[in-house]
Amino acid sequence: MASNAAIELVNITKTFGSTVANKDVCLTVNKGEILSILGENGSGKTTLMNMISGIYYPDSGQIFIDGKEAVISGPKDAFAYKIGMIHQHFKLVDVFSAAENIVLGLEDEKGFDMKNYVGRIKEISDQYGFDIDPNKKIYEMSVSEKQTVEIIKVLFRGADILILDEPTAVLTPQETQKLFAILRRMRDAGKAIIIITHKLHEVLSLSDRVSVLRKGEYVGTVKTSEANEAILTEMMVGKKIALNIHRDEPSNEEVRLSVEGISCINREGVSVLNDISFSVNSGEILGIAGIAGSGQRELLESIAGLQKINHGKIIYNNPKTGEVENLRDKTPRQIRDMGVRLSFVPEDRLGMGLVGNMDIVDNMMLRSYRKGHSVFVRRKEPQNLADEIIKRLGVVTPDSHTPVRRLSGGNVQKVLVGREISSSPTVLMAAYPVRGLDINSSYTIYNLLNEQKSKGVAVIFVGEDLDVLLELCDRIMVLSGGAVSDIVDARTATKEQIGLLMTKSREVSHDNK
Amino acid sequence: MLVATIIKKSVEQGIPLLFGSTGEILTEKSGNLNLGIPGIMYVGGSAGILGAYLYENAVATPNPLLCVLIPLIASLIGSTLLALIYSFLTITLRANQNVTGLALTTFGVGFGDFFGGSLTKIFGNGGTLSVKLSSDYFKTPLPFAKSLGWFGEIFFSYGFLAYVAIIVALISAFVLKRTRVGLHLRAVGENPATADAAGISVTKYKYLATCIGGAIAGLGGLYFIMDYTGGAWTNGGFGDRGWLAIALVIFALWRPNIGILGSIVFGGLYIAYSYISGLSRSAIAIFNMLPYVVTILILVLTSVRNKKETQPPEHLGLPYFREER
Amino acid sequence: MTTNNNIHIHEPIIQVSKRDDMIWYKSWIVRAIAIILAMIVCGIVTVLLTGLDPISVYVSMFEGNFGTERRLWAMLKELALLLCVSLAVTPAFKMKFWNIGAEGQTLAGALACSACMILLSNIVPSYLLIPIMLVASVAAGLIWAIVPAYFKAKFNTNETLFTLMMNYIAMQLVSFCIVFWENPKNSNTVGVINPDSMLGWLPSIGGQKYAMCVIVVALLTVIMYIYLRYSKQGYEISVVGESQNTARYVGINVKKVIIRTMAISGALCGLAGFLIVSGVDHSITTASAGGMGFTAIMVSWLAKFNPVVMVLTSFLIVFLECGAGQIATAFDLNQSVADILTGIILFAIIGSEFFINYKIKFHKKNKEA
Repeated sequence: MASNAAIELVNITKTFGSTVANKDVCLTVNKGEILSILGENGSGKTTLMNMISGIYYPDSGQIFIDGKEAVISGPKDAFAYKIGMIHQHFKLVDVFSAAENIVLGLEDEKGFDMKNYVGRIKEISDQYGFDIDPNKKIYEMSVSEKQTVEIIKVLFRGADILILDEPTAVLTPQETQKLFAILRRMRDAGKAIIIITHKLHEVLSLSDRVSVLRKGEYVGTVKTSEANEAILTEMMVGKKIALNIHRDEPSNEEVRLSVEGISCINREGVSVLNDISFSVNSGEILGIAGIAGSGQRELLESIAGLQKINHGKIIYNNPKTGEVENLRDKTPRQIRDMGVRLSFVPEDRLGMGLVGNMDIVDNMMLRSYRKGHSVFVRRKEPQNLADEIIKRLGVVTPDSHTPVRRLSGGNVQKVLVGREISSSPTVLMAAYPVRGLDINSSYTIYNLLNEQKSKGVAVIFVGEDLDVLLELCDRIMVLSGGAVSDIVDARTATKEQIGLLMTKSREVSHDNK
Repeated sequence: MLVATIIKKSVEQGIPLLFGSTGEILTEKSGNLNLGIPGIMYVGGSAGILGAYLYENAVATPNPLLCVLIPLIASLIGSTLLALIYSFLTITLRANQNVTGLALTTFGVGFGDFFGGSLTKIFGNGGTLSVKLSSDYFKTPLPFAKSLGWFGEIFFSYGFLAYVAIIVALISAFVLKRTRVGLHLRAVGENPATADAAGISVTKYKYLATCIGGAIAGLGGLYFIMDYTGGAWTNGGFGDRGWLAIALVIFALWRPNIGILGSIVFGGLYIAYSYISGLSRSAIAIFNMLPYVVTILILVLTSVRNKKETQPPEHLGLPYFREER
Repeated sequence: MTTNNNIHIHEPIIQVSKRDDMIWYKSWIVRAIAIILAMIVCGIVTVLLTGLDPISVYVSMFEGNFGTERRLWAMLKELALLLCVSLAVTPAFKMKFWNIGAEGQTLAGALACSACMILLSNIVPSYLLIPIMLVASVAAGLIWAIVPAYFKAKFNTNETLFTLMMNYIAMQLVSFCIVFWENPKNSNTVGVINPDSMLGWLPSIGGQKYAMCVIVVALLTVIMYIYLRYSKQGYEISVVGESQNTARYVGINVKKVIIRTMAISGALCGLAGFLIVSGVDHSITTASAGGMGFTAIMVSWLAKFNPVVMVLTSFLIVFLECGAGQIATAFDLNQSVADILTGIILFAIIGSEFFINYKIKFHKKNKEA
């Protein structure tokens, strides 16, 4: 045990139900060091950090702080051990000023003197080079300012161990550089810093050492000075695993949908889609790979008419009429009325794709209830459809009148996918359709997608498991930071190649606001 | 002097509203929209008069101090208990706030009218419930009210509860704006998940704010019955003042110090007609409508402008359940 | 995902988690138990207040509702009116729009109705009077509801507070009009309108003057049930209420649905106002709606927005009111005892929802696992 260790984790294991989030993870972070934790989505990084900050409690394993075994059973204990975590989703009160947020929850102080607090905040800011007005309200702040408030909040409580969960995901390159400068200064002041990230170049330029997690397991730790992108990518994605997903050659290909240079700026003013162009053909599966939050959701929602875009065109070639139509600025209903048979399996199944409290039959009607001129809904066809889907896809449910929220994840997904393909679409978009599903259900979904492909549907598949993407898809488009890194042939591409493309830094710099 | 009289009357009308709105502001700042405030104010008043009645009838020569203390304590206990019912149902049992609040108002108004109106019957004295003696102590103005002419009339001529109302409002404003407790309370109403993560006990703050708020609102009922009406209970006499107090919360933009001015304005509108000569009875109705119209205008304007500081607490009306984060 | 297999050092002794699988009949058993417990508490309270034996208290309550034919019809009338307002608020609640302005919308309808009765009785032909009254009432209720709905849809103005304020504007508007319509002069009441000609009065059926009201509301119950359960609009209301995100995903115009549904809600409150004036009171006061707008919210919520169950929940409330009224008359108490009993029952049912929606687990204290 190095005497310089600020925190040491030994054989930490954590399970949620039957899912193992972390298995026998060992980590050490020294004082005056920046450690990166690298891993794909779902590799258990955030769970691990939540155990250090007291949100979860490990099932087994030990945590040592300053060489002594520590018990962290809640956020307050973490404070007491001088551990501070900066979450990906900021926990700030919008109508409060920066200073008010920073001192929120402090109890042990003598008086409540805002001026004194502001003075101390300024001191900390000067020490580490933050540029912030303590009296500014949070709702007037940019994302990077909010993050600064979160960091000061942690320092104000005297944290010596700082954990940052994907801090650069929301920052522009300039802001990222500023943040790194601050983190280096904190390291030089003797703080132990853990930073969670997927971006290889950041890992290499910032940290002293890198620990890699893969599917909940600890892979290893390397010194940054001895690592390069290839080594890290291989550690992160692992060896290719054969899944034996069936794949036919695409047939009768013609361009069904082409996206031309679309860009989108979200409500927070962050550019989430940056000049994206691609096309998808009938009879093929186009995979979309990328770190979570690289613009996948916004891209699909733009096509579905749920997200306003700032530039570009979405061109649909109608196979029936041969007409060419632009779907930009159309509502989902208008798109439907234009005769565009677009189906969409969204990522948020029960929050968007289905209504949890309604039964299977009523969920079948969601897309089709408007049909006909009657003022009443017809439940006969939806009933038949529900029965058919239950039978054909093997949905495990007491009956078709069970609210879908009571079904298990895999069955919910079968209901949703079943409904979406029942309208015989010409374009089918599916976002993470196998997330949280067991092996058998996953294969059911792959088969359904393949079936659609063979029927000549243009399928867009957003996935996170590279092995699946490589075996299921015909082509893979890799997104990174809201832009297209590359589009590769899935039959020849390698896992490392895609891993690198996913973590590639953006060459196009952000539009400055 | 006429102006002095008008101001005095406006203040007297405004004090129950001020108590009610200060209590409701504290409650709403914790994220609880307590629509039971009208019921709580009723109970505050009736519990007070009940205490006074029982004491006056129990002893031959009532002690002045006890004549004040007993109704005061009875009122505080009554209204706090009601607020506690609301807190338990909405915070611990996570019931819907609107439904619980309305049920509380039904219960409270019923309770108030029942005990206020029929207790004398049960105790066998006949006639209406009246506690003139205790009421006179409540009504005692400050000593120099008479000697200072109009100045005294405007500033010193009220019973002690009126000053309590203003002091409580000022203290509440100070606590909300300048203290740690206030900061934490506001955080609970704005974003309970953040407050929770910062180690603030959301449940504790919600309970305390709702119960203290209820107790303060109850004093509005006590003032009305012991001071304003002179200790005589009339069923339904309290009228829509409870709802007006909730309107005042919006009017005051959730700030108790603005509530002080607002209550006098609302009170003034309530009595203005009697000082404007040649006003028909129909115009009185219009005057009585004004506080609500103004409140709606403010509600609409603030939502159209959408300025963060003047919005209701963000988590107002919603339950908080930690496992849902 | 639950975190119940955590081994915390400070392990909570009581752990609460959401449950999502209580079968419908079980949940109704829980509610029934709550009501029975509350009834027992009510019995105790009444006995304490009156010093009577509990059996005779319950007997008088029963008599208050079913004792004579007149009482039965009075109870049915109350039931019909309360049910009508409850049905009216339901579509909005199902959409999670907290319309607590039913009182004002009903009163606006009642005001419009009596205005027509007073001002048009001798102007329009008598066969046209009632249709005009009906249309005016419905329109007035609709306007009273659509204003807050518009601001909610457009600016997200808090609908609970807005509709609440609208109640008192309606009330003062009634006071305002009473001044002009008062009869006799300076009584500050309107008195019975058209007492001799009975113009604008809903006709009685088989000698029962409230029968018409009861029939209209019975029909409305069926229509509302069908509307919510089987119509496309009813389906849209459910989707918007459950998840606005899903609604947008399937292309429902959420703002339009909000405004349309509130319009229906207000229009039906207006209809209730019409029934009150034309069918029952033949007069107007600021208390014409009698707090029904608020009670209806609880009726609708207790019935989980199901119009058929609402018949039962509104009956429960009306039974208490009429029964307590009888107790009050019989034992010379005041009528407010009904509100106290109603309050107790409501608290019990509101509280019982917790046990339907949440699971409670008690942990045994085990130091180390």
